[in-house]
Amino acid sequence: MNARDEEPAPGAGALISARGLRKSYGKAEALRGASLDLHEGEILAVTGPSGSGKSTLLHCLSGITRPDDGVVTYGKESLGLLPEQRLGELRRSEFGVVFQFGQLIPELTALDNVALPLLLAGTRRGPAHREAGEWLERFGARGQAGVRPGEMSGGQSQRVALARALVTGPRAVFADEPTGALDSLAGEQVMTALVHTARETGTAVLLITHDAQTAAYADREVWLRDGAVHSASAGVLAREAVRHEG
Amino acid sequence: MSTRHVLLGLLAAGPCHGYDLKRQYDARFPQARPLAYGQVYTTLQRLVRDGLAAVDGTDSDGGPERTLYRSTAEGAHELDRWAGEITAPAPFVTNEIFAKVVVSILVAAVPVQPGQDGQKPDAAAHLRAQRAAHMERMRELTALKTAPGADLSTVLSADYALVHLDADVRWMTTTAARIDTLTAEVNGT
Repeated sequence: MNARDEEPAPGAGALISARGLRKSYGKAEALRGASLDLHEGEILAVTGPSGSGKSTLLHCLSGITRPDDGVVTYGKESLGLLPEQRLGELRRSEFGVVFQFGQLIPELTALDNVALPLLLAGTRRGPAHREAGEWLERFGARGQAGVRPGEMSGGQSQRVALARALVTGPRAVFADEPTGALDSLAGEQVMTALVHTARETGTAVLLITHDAQTAAYADREVWLRDGAVHSASAGVLAREAVRHEG
Repeated sequence: MSTRHVLLGLLAAGPCHGYDLKRQYDARFPQARPLAYGQVYTTLQRLVRDGLAAVDGTDSDGGPERTLYRSTAEGAHELDRWAGEITAPAPFVTNEIFAKVVVSILVAAVPVQPGQDGQKPDAAAHLRAQRAAHMERMRELTALKTAPGADLSTVLSADYALVHLDADVRWMTTTAARIDTLTAEVNGT
Protein backbone atom coordinates (compact mmCIF):
# COMPACT_ATOMS: atom_id res chain seq x y z
CA MET A 1 0.00 0.00 0.00
CA ASN A 2 1.32 3.41 -0.87
CA ALA A 3 0.61 5.60 2.12
CA ARG A 4 0.71 8.81 0.09
CA ASP A 5 -2.07 7.79 -2.27
CA GLU A 6 -4.52 7.55 0.59
CA GLU A 7 -3.61 10.76 2.34
CA PRO A 8 -6.12 13.59 2.32
CA ALA A 9 -5.01 17.17 1.72
CA PRO A 10 -3.54 19.00 4.72
CA GLY A 11 -6.26 18.93 7.36
CA ALA A 12 -8.55 21.90 7.76
CA GLY A 13 -8.02 23.44 11.16
CA ALA A 14 -4.70 21.67 11.62
CA LEU A 15 -1.97 23.73 13.24
CA ILE A 16 0.77 21.57 11.77
CA SER A 17 0.24 19.13 8.91
CA ALA A 18 2.70 16.56 7.64
CA ARG A 19 2.15 14.68 4.39
CA GLY A 20 4.20 11.81 3.03
CA LEU A 21 7.36 12.45 5.04
CA ARG A 22 10.40 10.42 4.08
CA LYS A 23 13.74 10.55 5.78
CA SER A 24 16.73 8.24 5.56
CA TYR A 25 19.97 8.17 7.47
CA GLY A 26 22.35 6.46 5.08
CA LYS A 27 20.57 3.27 4.05
CA ALA A 28 18.27 3.26 7.08
CA GLU A 29 14.81 4.61 6.28
CA ALA A 30 13.47 6.29 9.42
CA LEU A 31 10.29 7.66 7.83
CA ARG A 32 8.49 6.08 4.88
CA GLY A 33 5.58 8.31 3.98
CA ALA A 34 4.46 9.47 7.43
CA SER A 35 1.47 11.84 7.58
CA LEU A 36 -0.37 13.40 10.48
CA ASP A 37 -2.19 16.53 11.64
CA LEU A 38 -1.61 18.27 14.93
CA HIS A 39 -4.66 20.39 15.69
CA GLU A 40 -4.79 23.67 17.53
CA GLY A 41 -4.67 23.07 21.30
CA GLU A 42 -4.78 19.28 21.18
CA ILE A 43 -2.49 16.86 22.96
CA LEU A 44 -1.48 14.14 20.54
CA ALA A 45 0.55 11.09 21.53
CA VAL A 46 2.76 9.42 18.95
CA THR A 47 3.62 5.92 20.13
CA GLY A 48 5.44 3.02 18.59
CA PRO A 49 8.34 0.66 19.23
CA SER A 50 11.98 1.76 19.35
CA GLY A 51 13.28 2.54 15.89
CA SER A 52 9.84 3.20 14.43
CA GLY A 53 10.83 6.76 13.50
CA LYS A 54 9.15 8.67 16.36
CA SER A 55 12.01 11.05 17.09
CA THR A 56 12.74 11.66 13.41
CA LEU A 57 9.08 12.59 12.94
CA LEU A 58 9.32 15.09 15.81
CA HIS A 59 12.48 16.57 14.35
CA CYS A 60 10.82 17.05 10.94
CA LEU A 61 7.62 18.54 12.39
CA SER A 62 9.46 21.00 14.58
CA GLY A 63 11.80 22.18 11.84
CA ILE A 64 14.92 20.73 13.47
CA THR A 65 15.47 18.40 10.49
CA ARG A 66 14.37 18.75 6.87
CA PRO A 67 12.71 15.61 5.44
CA ASP A 68 14.09 14.10 2.19
CA ASP A 69 10.58 14.18 0.74
CA GLY A 70 7.11 15.25 1.81
CA VAL A 71 5.68 18.48 3.16
CA VAL A 72 5.26 20.00 6.62
CA THR A 73 2.92 22.97 6.77
CA TYR A 74 2.55 25.33 9.70
CA GLY A 75 -0.38 27.66 9.11
CA LYS A 76 0.24 28.87 5.58
CA GLU A 77 3.97 28.29 5.66
CA SER A 78 5.68 25.23 4.26
CA LEU A 79 8.66 24.51 6.53
CA GLY A 80 10.67 23.03 3.66
CA LEU A 81 10.54 26.32 1.73
CA LEU A 82 11.47 28.58 4.65
CA PRO A 83 14.92 30.13 4.89
CA GLU A 84 17.02 29.00 7.84
CA GLN A 85 16.49 32.34 9.58
CA ARG A 86 12.68 32.04 9.62
CA LEU A 87 12.95 28.41 10.78
CA GLY A 88 15.15 29.60 13.62
CA GLU A 89 12.53 32.18 14.57
CA LEU A 90 9.79 29.54 14.60
CA ARG A 91 11.88 27.23 16.76
CA ARG A 92 12.63 30.05 19.20
CA SER A 93 9.19 31.60 19.59
CA GLU A 94 6.37 29.50 18.11
CA PHE A 95 7.58 26.01 19.00
CA GLY A 96 8.86 24.65 22.30
CA VAL A 97 10.85 21.45 22.57
CA VAL A 98 11.46 19.12 25.53
CA PHE A 99 13.70 16.07 25.34
CA GLN A 100 14.11 12.98 27.52
CA PHE A 101 17.00 14.62 29.30
CA GLY A 102 16.18 18.30 29.83
CA GLN A 103 19.22 19.47 27.88
CA LEU A 104 19.41 22.54 30.06
CA ILE A 105 22.58 24.58 29.81
CA PRO A 106 24.71 23.33 32.73
CA GLU A 107 26.49 26.65 33.41
CA LEU A 108 23.24 28.59 33.81
CA THR A 109 20.85 28.62 36.77
CA ALA A 110 17.30 27.37 36.27
CA LEU A 111 16.08 30.97 36.09
CA ASP A 112 18.64 31.87 33.40
CA ASN A 113 17.84 28.69 31.46
CA VAL A 114 14.15 29.58 31.37
CA ALA A 115 14.82 33.24 30.55
CA LEU A 116 17.16 32.36 27.68
CA PRO A 117 14.56 31.97 24.89
CA LEU A 118 13.11 35.39 25.83
CA LEU A 119 16.55 37.02 25.85
CA LEU A 120 17.30 35.49 22.43
CA ALA A 121 14.01 36.92 21.15
CA GLY A 122 15.09 40.37 22.30
CA THR A 123 13.27 40.74 25.65
CA ARG A 124 15.21 42.81 28.18
CA ARG A 125 16.84 41.09 31.12
CA GLY A 126 14.52 42.36 33.88
CA PRO A 127 11.21 41.43 32.24
CA ALA A 128 12.70 38.14 30.96
CA HIS A 129 13.68 37.13 34.49
CA ARG A 130 10.30 38.12 35.90
CA GLU A 131 8.52 36.06 33.24
CA ALA A 132 10.90 33.11 33.76
CA GLY A 133 10.23 33.23 37.52
CA GLU A 134 6.48 33.06 36.93
CA TRP A 135 6.90 30.02 34.69
CA LEU A 136 9.08 28.25 37.25
CA GLU A 137 6.36 28.95 39.80
CA ARG A 138 3.74 27.43 37.50
CA PHE A 139 5.72 24.22 37.27
CA GLY A 140 6.40 24.11 41.00
CA ALA A 141 10.12 24.79 40.47
CA ARG A 142 10.42 28.31 41.94
CA GLY A 143 12.70 26.92 44.63
CA GLN A 144 15.19 25.86 41.95
CA ALA A 145 15.53 29.36 40.45
CA GLY A 146 19.15 29.82 41.55
CA VAL A 147 20.16 26.18 41.17
CA ARG A 148 22.26 24.82 38.29
CA PRO A 149 21.06 21.71 36.40
CA GLY A 150 23.76 19.45 37.88
CA GLU A 151 22.27 19.92 41.36
CA MET A 152 18.67 19.14 40.41
CA SER A 153 16.79 15.82 40.43
CA GLY A 154 15.55 14.44 37.11
CA GLY A 155 11.98 15.54 37.85
CA GLN A 156 13.05 19.06 38.81
CA SER A 157 15.16 19.51 35.72
CA GLN A 158 12.30 18.29 33.47
CA ARG A 159 9.96 20.82 35.06
CA VAL A 160 12.51 23.55 34.39
CA ALA A 161 12.79 22.29 30.79
CA LEU A 162 8.99 22.51 30.46
CA ALA A 163 9.03 26.07 31.80
CA ARG A 164 11.71 26.91 29.23
CA ALA A 165 9.68 25.31 26.43
CA LEU A 166 6.55 27.30 27.33
CA VAL A 167 8.02 30.64 28.37
CA THR A 168 7.70 32.21 24.91
CA GLY A 169 4.00 31.29 24.65
CA PRO A 170 4.50 28.83 21.79
CA ARG A 171 1.56 27.44 19.82
CA ALA A 172 3.03 23.94 19.84
CA VAL A 173 5.26 22.03 22.23
CA PHE A 174 7.15 18.96 21.04
CA ALA A 175 7.99 16.57 23.85
CA ASP A 176 10.25 13.60 23.10
CA GLU A 177 9.95 11.00 25.88
CA PRO A 178 9.74 13.76 28.51
CA THR A 179 9.30 11.23 31.33
CA GLY A 180 11.59 8.56 29.91
CA ALA A 181 14.28 9.05 32.53
CA LEU A 182 11.96 9.56 35.53
CA ASP A 183 10.42 7.21 38.09
CA SER A 184 6.65 6.84 37.90
CA LEU A 185 5.72 9.45 40.52
CA ALA A 186 8.07 12.12 39.11
CA GLY A 187 6.85 11.23 35.62
CA GLU A 188 3.27 11.69 36.74
CA GLN A 189 4.01 15.13 38.18
CA VAL A 190 5.77 16.24 34.99
CA MET A 191 2.93 14.99 32.77
CA THR A 192 0.23 16.54 34.96
CA ALA A 193 2.05 19.89 34.91
CA LEU A 194 2.51 19.73 31.13
CA VAL A 195 -1.09 18.76 30.38
CA HIS A 196 -2.67 21.29 32.76
CA THR A 197 -0.54 24.13 31.43
CA ALA A 198 -1.10 23.20 27.79
CA ARG A 199 -4.86 23.18 28.36
CA GLU A 200 -4.80 26.51 30.19
CA THR A 201 -2.76 28.21 27.50
CA GLY A 202 -4.32 26.39 24.51
CA THR A 203 -0.90 25.10 23.44
CA ALA A 204 -0.86 22.03 21.19
CA VAL A 205 1.42 19.23 22.38
CA LEU A 206 2.98 16.49 20.30
CA LEU A 207 4.04 13.86 22.78
CA ILE A 208 6.43 11.13 21.71
CA THR A 209 6.40 8.11 23.98
CA HIS A 210 6.71 4.33 23.93
CA ASP A 211 4.79 4.14 27.19
CA ALA A 212 1.00 3.62 27.22
CA GLN A 213 0.57 5.26 30.63
CA THR A 214 2.20 8.46 29.34
CA ALA A 215 0.24 8.30 26.08
CA ALA A 216 -2.97 8.16 28.13
CA TYR A 217 -2.47 11.83 29.09
CA ALA A 218 -3.14 12.77 25.46
CA ASP A 219 -6.48 13.44 23.75
CA ARG A 220 -5.70 10.92 21.04
CA GLU A 221 -2.97 8.62 19.86
CA VAL A 222 -1.40 7.69 16.57
CA TRP A 223 0.85 4.73 16.15
CA LEU A 224 4.07 4.77 14.20
CA ARG A 225 5.23 1.52 12.66
CA ASP A 226 8.08 1.15 10.18
CA GLY A 227 8.16 4.87 9.54
CA ALA A 228 4.44 5.30 8.72
CA VAL A 229 1.56 6.56 10.84
CA HIS A 230 -1.35 4.31 11.75
CA SER A 231 -4.38 5.81 13.36
CA ALA A 232 -5.24 4.14 16.62
CA SER A 233 -8.89 5.04 16.97
CA ALA A 234 -11.09 2.02 17.55
CA GLY A 235 -13.52 2.93 14.75
CA VAL A 236 -10.83 3.16 12.13
CA LEU A 237 -9.30 -0.09 13.31
CA ALA A 238 -12.62 -1.89 13.13
CA ARG A 239 -13.11 -0.68 9.54
CA GLU A 240 -9.56 -1.65 8.70
CA ALA A 241 -10.21 -5.11 10.10
CA VAL A 242 -13.34 -5.51 7.96
CA ARG A 243 -11.50 -4.36 4.83
CA HIS A 244 -8.67 -6.72 5.64
CA GLU A 245 -11.01 -9.64 6.09
CA GLY A 246 -13.29 -8.84 3.13
CA MET B 1 -12.79 -8.21 46.60
CA SER B 2 -14.34 -9.89 49.66
CA THR B 3 -17.38 -7.68 50.30
CA ARG B 4 -18.09 -9.52 53.51
CA HIS B 5 -14.69 -8.70 55.01
CA VAL B 6 -14.76 -5.11 53.83
CA LEU B 7 -18.18 -4.57 55.47
CA LEU B 8 -16.89 -6.23 58.63
CA GLY B 9 -13.94 -3.83 58.51
CA LEU B 10 -16.24 -0.82 58.19
CA LEU B 11 -18.25 -2.11 61.19
CA ALA B 12 -15.06 -2.19 63.27
CA ALA B 13 -15.38 1.58 63.73
CA GLY B 14 -18.73 1.14 65.52
CA PRO B 15 -22.36 0.17 64.89
CA CYS B 16 -23.75 1.21 61.55
CA HIS B 17 -26.77 0.52 59.36
CA GLY B 18 -26.77 -0.88 55.83
CA TYR B 19 -27.38 2.39 54.06
CA ASP B 20 -24.38 4.10 55.65
CA LEU B 21 -22.20 1.05 55.03
CA LYS B 22 -22.97 1.19 51.31
CA ARG B 23 -22.15 4.88 51.21
CA GLN B 24 -18.86 4.38 53.03
CA TYR B 25 -17.94 1.46 50.79
CA ASP B 26 -18.54 3.46 47.61
CA ALA B 27 -16.51 6.38 48.97
CA ARG B 28 -13.55 4.22 50.06
CA PHE B 29 -13.36 2.28 46.78
CA PRO B 30 -14.33 4.93 44.26
CA GLN B 31 -13.68 3.02 41.04
CA ALA B 32 -14.92 -0.37 42.22
CA ARG B 33 -18.15 -1.86 40.95
CA PRO B 34 -20.74 -0.01 43.07
CA LEU B 35 -22.25 -2.16 45.81
CA ALA B 36 -25.98 -2.89 45.42
CA TYR B 37 -28.16 -2.25 48.51
CA GLY B 38 -29.53 -5.76 48.19
CA GLN B 39 -26.05 -7.19 48.43
CA VAL B 40 -25.28 -5.16 51.54
CA TYR B 41 -28.33 -6.52 53.35
CA THR B 42 -27.77 -10.13 52.26
CA THR B 43 -24.14 -9.91 53.33
CA LEU B 44 -25.07 -8.41 56.71
CA GLN B 45 -27.62 -11.18 57.31
CA ARG B 46 -25.00 -13.82 56.53
CA LEU B 47 -22.50 -12.17 58.87
CA VAL B 48 -25.16 -12.31 61.64
CA ARG B 49 -25.96 -15.95 60.81
CA ASP B 50 -22.25 -16.84 61.10
CA GLY B 51 -21.88 -14.97 64.39
CA LEU B 52 -19.43 -12.41 62.97
CA ALA B 53 -21.86 -9.50 63.36
CA ALA B 54 -24.93 -8.89 65.53
CA VAL B 55 -27.98 -6.67 65.43
CA ASP B 56 -27.41 -3.66 67.70
CA GLY B 57 -30.93 -2.28 67.90
CA THR B 58 -32.69 0.11 65.60
CA ASP B 59 -32.47 3.79 64.87
CA SER B 60 -35.19 5.77 63.15
CA ASP B 61 -33.76 9.30 63.12
CA GLY B 62 -37.14 10.75 62.20
CA GLY B 63 -37.46 8.50 59.12
CA PRO B 64 -38.17 4.81 58.65
CA GLU B 65 -36.72 2.45 61.21
CA ARG B 66 -33.29 1.09 60.33
CA THR B 67 -31.44 -1.87 61.80
CA LEU B 68 -28.04 -1.16 63.31
CA TYR B 69 -25.32 -3.80 63.05
CA ARG B 70 -22.14 -4.22 65.07
CA SER B 71 -19.12 -6.48 64.79
CA THR B 72 -18.66 -9.34 67.32
CA ALA B 73 -15.44 -10.60 68.96
CA GLU B 74 -15.54 -13.50 66.54
CA GLY B 75 -15.94 -11.00 63.69
CA ALA B 76 -12.88 -9.04 64.85
CA HIS B 77 -10.90 -12.29 64.96
CA GLU B 78 -12.01 -13.28 61.44
CA LEU B 79 -11.16 -9.81 60.13
CA ASP B 80 -7.70 -10.04 61.64
CA ARG B 81 -7.13 -13.41 59.96
CA TRP B 82 -8.31 -12.15 56.56
CA ALA B 83 -6.30 -8.90 56.64
CA GLY B 84 -3.08 -10.77 57.38
CA GLU B 85 -3.63 -13.46 54.76
CA ILE B 86 -1.39 -13.17 51.70
CA THR B 87 -3.34 -12.76 48.45
CA ALA B 88 -2.39 -15.58 46.08
CA PRO B 89 -0.28 -14.01 43.30
CA ALA B 90 -2.16 -15.03 40.15
CA PRO B 91 -2.23 -18.82 40.65
CA PHE B 92 -3.75 -19.27 37.17
CA VAL B 93 -3.15 -17.18 34.09
CA THR B 94 -6.54 -15.99 32.93
CA ASN B 95 -6.13 -14.03 29.75
CA GLU B 96 -9.20 -13.70 27.58
CA ILE B 97 -7.29 -11.73 24.94
CA PHE B 98 -4.82 -14.60 24.51
CA ALA B 99 -7.71 -17.07 24.24
CA LYS B 100 -9.25 -14.96 21.44
CA VAL B 101 -5.91 -14.69 19.62
CA VAL B 102 -5.31 -18.45 19.72
CA VAL B 103 -8.89 -19.27 18.70
CA SER B 104 -8.70 -16.73 15.84
CA ILE B 105 -5.55 -18.41 14.55
CA LEU B 106 -7.15 -21.86 14.78
CA VAL B 107 -10.34 -20.76 12.99
CA ALA B 108 -8.40 -18.87 10.31
CA ALA B 109 -6.53 -22.07 9.44
CA VAL B 110 -9.72 -24.03 8.72
CA PRO B 111 -10.60 -24.00 4.98
CA VAL B 112 -13.80 -22.11 4.15
CA GLN B 113 -16.70 -24.54 3.66
CA PRO B 114 -19.22 -24.08 0.84
CA GLY B 115 -22.06 -21.87 2.06
CA GLN B 116 -19.88 -19.96 4.54
CA ASP B 117 -19.27 -16.29 3.87
CA GLY B 118 -15.51 -16.60 4.16
CA GLN B 119 -15.20 -14.07 6.99
CA LYS B 120 -12.31 -15.07 9.22
CA PRO B 121 -11.21 -13.63 12.51
CA ASP B 122 -7.93 -11.75 12.18
CA ALA B 123 -5.78 -12.06 15.30
CA ALA B 124 -3.50 -9.11 14.42
CA ALA B 125 -6.41 -6.77 13.66
CA HIS B 126 -8.10 -7.89 16.86
CA LEU B 127 -4.99 -7.02 18.90
CA ARG B 128 -4.89 -3.54 17.35
CA ALA B 129 -8.57 -2.91 18.04
CA GLN B 130 -8.21 -4.21 21.61
CA ARG B 131 -5.22 -1.94 22.15
CA ALA B 132 -7.26 1.06 20.98
CA ALA B 133 -10.02 0.14 23.44
CA HIS B 134 -7.46 -0.20 26.26
CA MET B 135 -5.99 3.21 25.41
CA GLU B 136 -9.45 4.79 25.43
CA ARG B 137 -10.07 3.47 28.94
CA MET B 138 -6.59 4.55 30.06
CA ARG B 139 -7.31 8.09 28.85
CA GLU B 140 -10.56 8.12 30.86
CA LEU B 141 -8.79 6.95 34.01
CA THR B 142 -5.95 9.44 33.55
CA ALA B 143 -8.45 12.29 33.15
CA LEU B 144 -10.19 11.11 36.32
CA LYS B 145 -7.05 11.02 38.44
CA THR B 146 -5.62 14.30 37.17
CA ALA B 147 -8.88 16.25 37.54
CA PRO B 148 -8.40 19.13 40.00
CA GLY B 149 -9.42 18.05 43.50
CA ALA B 150 -9.28 14.29 42.84
CA ASP B 151 -8.84 12.57 46.22
CA LEU B 152 -6.05 10.08 46.88
CA SER B 153 -8.45 7.10 46.95
CA THR B 154 -9.51 7.97 43.41
CA VAL B 155 -5.91 8.48 42.30
CA LEU B 156 -4.77 5.16 43.77
CA SER B 157 -7.75 3.25 42.37
CA ALA B 158 -7.13 4.71 38.92
CA ASP B 159 -3.40 3.96 39.22
CA TYR B 160 -4.14 0.32 40.01
CA ALA B 161 -6.30 -0.02 36.90
CA LEU B 162 -3.80 1.95 34.78
CA VAL B 163 -0.79 -0.22 35.60
CA HIS B 164 -2.81 -3.37 34.91
CA LEU B 165 -4.09 -2.03 31.59
CA ASP B 166 -0.55 -0.94 30.76
CA ALA B 167 0.64 -4.50 31.40
CA ASP B 168 -2.02 -5.75 28.96
CA VAL B 169 -0.92 -3.19 26.36
CA ARG B 170 2.73 -4.25 26.68
CA TRP B 171 1.74 -7.88 26.36
CA MET B 172 -0.39 -7.09 23.28
CA THR B 173 2.49 -5.17 21.69
CA THR B 174 4.96 -8.04 22.05
CA THR B 175 2.32 -10.57 20.99
CA ALA B 176 1.49 -8.56 17.87
CA ALA B 177 5.19 -8.41 17.00
CA ARG B 178 5.42 -12.21 17.29
CA ILE B 179 2.08 -13.15 15.74
CA ASP B 180 3.62 -14.98 12.76
CA THR B 181 5.70 -17.24 14.99
CA LEU B 182 2.67 -17.88 17.20
CA THR B 183 0.53 -18.70 14.15
CA ALA B 184 3.11 -21.23 12.96
CA GLU B 185 3.29 -22.80 16.42
CA VAL B 186 -0.49 -23.01 16.91
CA ASN B 187 -0.95 -24.51 13.45
CA GLY B 188 1.93 -26.92 14.02
CA THR B 189 3.75 -25.86 10.86
